[in-house]
Amino acid sequence: MRAVLALALLLLAFGARAGEAGFELASHCPPGFERVDGRCFLRSLYQQYASLQSAGVGGLTSGLPALRDGFTPQQIDLGRYLFFDPLLSADRQLACASCHVPELGFADGRGRSVGAGGTELQRSAPSLWNVAFFQRLFWDARAASLEEQLQGPLYDPKEMANSPPVLLADLNRSEAYRDLFAAAFPQEADAEQGGITLPQVYTALAAFEASLISLNSRYDQYAHGYAAALTPAELEGLNVFRSFVARCAECHTPPLFSNQQLAVIGVPEAPGVPLDPGAQAATGDASLRGAFRVPSLRNVALTAPYMHAGNFPTLREAVAFYNGGRGHAVPEGEQLNIHWHIWNPQLGAAELDRLVDFLATLTDQRFMPQVPAQLPSGLSPVHNRPVPAAERQGE
Amino acid sequence: MRKLMIAVIGLAVLGAGYLLGKQGQVQVTVIKVKEEPAAEFSSAGSAAVGEHEANAVRRLATPTSGEVLVVRDGESIQDAVSAAGPGAVIKVLPGTYRETVYIDKDNITLSGVIEGGAYPVLEGEGVRNDAILYSGNGTTIENFYITHYKGNGVMGQAGNNFIIRNNIVVDTGVYGIFPQLGKNGIVSHNVLSGIEDAAIYIGMSDNVDVVYNRVFESVAGIEIENSRSALVEANYVYNNTGGILAFVTPGLPIKTCGDVIVRNNFIIDNNHENFAIPGSIVANVPAGTGILIMACDDVVIEGNIITGNNSAGIIFTDFTLATNIPNDPESEPNPDRPKLLDNLMHANGLDPAAVVRAYLATELQTRGPDIVDTVGMDNGCILNASRYRTMGLENYSECEFDTTANVASYTLPEAVPARGLENVDIGKLTYYGVCAGCHAYGVRLIGPPAQIIKALYMENPAGIAAYAQQPVKKREDYPEMPPQGHLGEEALLAAAQFMLQLEN
Repeated sequence: MRAVLALALLLLAFGARAGEAGFELASHCPPGFERVDGRCFLRSLYQQYASLQSAGVGGLTSGLPALRDGFTPQQIDLGRYLFFDPLLSADRQLACASCHVPELGFADGRGRSVGAGGTELQRSAPSLWNVAFFQRLFWDARAASLEEQLQGPLYDPKEMANSPPVLLADLNRSEAYRDLFAAAFPQEADAEQGGITLPQVYTALAAFEASLISLNSRYDQYAHGYAAALTPAELEGLNVFRSFVARCAECHTPPLFSNQQLAVIGVPEAPGVPLDPGAQAATGDASLRGAFRVPSLRNVALTAPYMHAGNFPTLREAVAFYNGGRGHAVPEGEQLNIHWHIWNPQLGAAELDRLVDFLATLTDQRFMPQVPAQLPSGLSPVHNRPVPAAERQGE
Repeated sequence: MRKLMIAVIGLAVLGAGYLLGKQGQVQVTVIKVKEEPAAEFSSAGSAAVGEHEANAVRRLATPTSGEVLVVRDGESIQDAVSAAGPGAVIKVLPGTYRETVYIDKDNITLSGVIEGGAYPVLEGEGVRNDAILYSGNGTTIENFYITHYKGNGVMGQAGNNFIIRNNIVVDTGVYGIFPQLGKNGIVSHNVLSGIEDAAIYIGMSDNVDVVYNRVFESVAGIEIENSRSALVEANYVYNNTGGILAFVTPGLPIKTCGDVIVRNNFIIDNNHENFAIPGSIVANVPAGTGILIMACDDVVIEGNIITGNNSAGIIFTDFTLATNIPNDPESEPNPDRPKLLDNLMHANGLDPAAVVRAYLATELQTRGPDIVDTVGMDNGCILNASRYRTMGLENYSECEFDTTANVASYTLPEAVPARGLENVDIGKLTYYGVCAGCHAYGVRLIGPPAQIIKALYMENPAGIAAYAQQPVKKREDYPEMPPQGHLGEEALLAAAQFMLQLEN
């Protein structure tokens, strides 16, 4: 009898899944979220812990920082369609997912991302996993919200090169999108104007990005008390990582593996490339020359190459940089305020190997969203076009 | 309503009472006799800790389960820690232990056994990183001799309710004892020397007592950084570059420092050459500094004996001292509301370091002061200012209180709850935080919908928990479930119970 009931429910489940082709928005929250009064709120085992001054930094059993949640399932799901839709770019060749490819850790595998018409950009695309927690975005920390951040690439002539009027006109031309926006923003739906608004676009994209949660790695199992989650080599790596010799955990602080501060570490640029001034250009503060936001290391094994412009092809090379001595790669004539934790730790080669072993335990894509098979615009998805091998290796 | 606490009962204009002010004019010494009780000291921190019963000061203890493990010379301390359950006491007999010990579980007492003066020695041989790392809540580390590590002697990462006592830490890397991001702890009766940064460093922590320690021949003796409610009392701090420091370091995720009491310490001859690592914050500390307060608010300095510090006895300053750190607009630079009660100060400033000499030159001085405020705060206070050679204290008022004795400890009367939070629904967090990656209520994800599981198991949460522990392939059209034993039985059962009562 139970089996019959189960079968019936299974059919029901299949039925719900089949609805997607007609662009219905999900009414359930993505994994990791509980629906409360029609809105999605994060639930994580880290919410059993406090953190000092509620700062969301600490050790193994420390709570998370504040995050953006409370979006509706429909807003999140609409954001998912927009995220993958090249309709958002001027020439319809780029989607958000072009530079934030799901299977590449929501980065793009390139040292410097490629924008409109094949233009090589200044910096690499950061991973989007756990962006809900970040108070400041972009490598130089110049945006204070997801909504502010995403307008950067949307309208930058070198990136998606769109403009607000064109974006709105394109979306409003699509009956499918008009219906979906009306479903995602029912209070705001205005039959007279019938128009999609820019804040709705930004909210939906932010809602989707903020749903990308990665907090279930093998490291996390260890943190929550399962000692066997890590191999002896990985544990050795964890101890190097948090040691006061390597000092990785001082800035890449658990549980997010970022303390969200700016730091100058003095990474070398590619030959012939001038020093990226980082936060100095964004703030005008010369003391921040070469400063970048400390990135999270979650899913870092998926996001090679590393640093702000793919300065290091592998994780091994990235960790070896910190072993090279304080300021060893600062160009002549530059006076940088190198962070005080950058020193000469004299780690052994085996310790660097163990660090790489440990960093791979931060991989977790369990809550990977589904890529839409079809897009409301009728365009084909573009993000999974193969990158030519030559481009992958070169800068 | 400022009351007159102290009555001026006499003005003696005697030859012996003349002092030379900094402009060289004659000042009159004001002799005061206390007439009525001063106001009581209070602070945000003192309200939180309340009044301690006289016999209940620092009664914090690591809870024990009765489990005792003994480690002998030649055995591994880490093996014992790995085998121990929460609440275990690990006794380490005298011997030499060449290892890094890490404690990632709660309520562990790691206790050296000292026999006939012989300590258990943690020996880093100049190649190991840290001697002891702990992240668990409720950790005691005591009775060890720690030497020759590259990093720290004892390092805590966010463990609350910690006790680090009776350890000797010699010639060990960067920090001797460094609890970081923890709440409620005691660092007492330790002896530390030869540390190239701070011998005792309280970093981004709350409610910590640093008491009865002896720290010498290190760059910084005791440093309180970006922390609140810290009591530094009865320590013997000598021949460091700087004796006792309270800092806001800009660029850290927790931005404030405040409610620090520095009381009844011996701060003597802190004139050691600065041998800090280039680029570190303490590389900026001038040799010959007794106490250095950078940007930390509401620091009370009381009852200390501060003598023979060649640059200055006490320095209050802002970030201008730290010339090598980028600006952080979220870090407030001023050392607000400094409070200087009575201290014995003598023979400070006799041979100032170069950076201090340069500063003195701008004030047409050559000898370093007992007390200097380089910012010139207008919200500070001092008692009996005329006793000391001071600079930059022109706008200080007279303190309305004369003791902090009502704050016997800044540790909390009750231990912080194990995880820092109470009333957590672990079933809900586990279900949504982990199970929901594959199971939604009425929708097929990777695994079958929770609705179907609910129909199959009805009143049997233990059955779900047991299956999740060791799943077997049941359904042709679904992938096999990975085992979830890492969650532990308690969380699995709670998640199963939660799953069974879901309605949507």
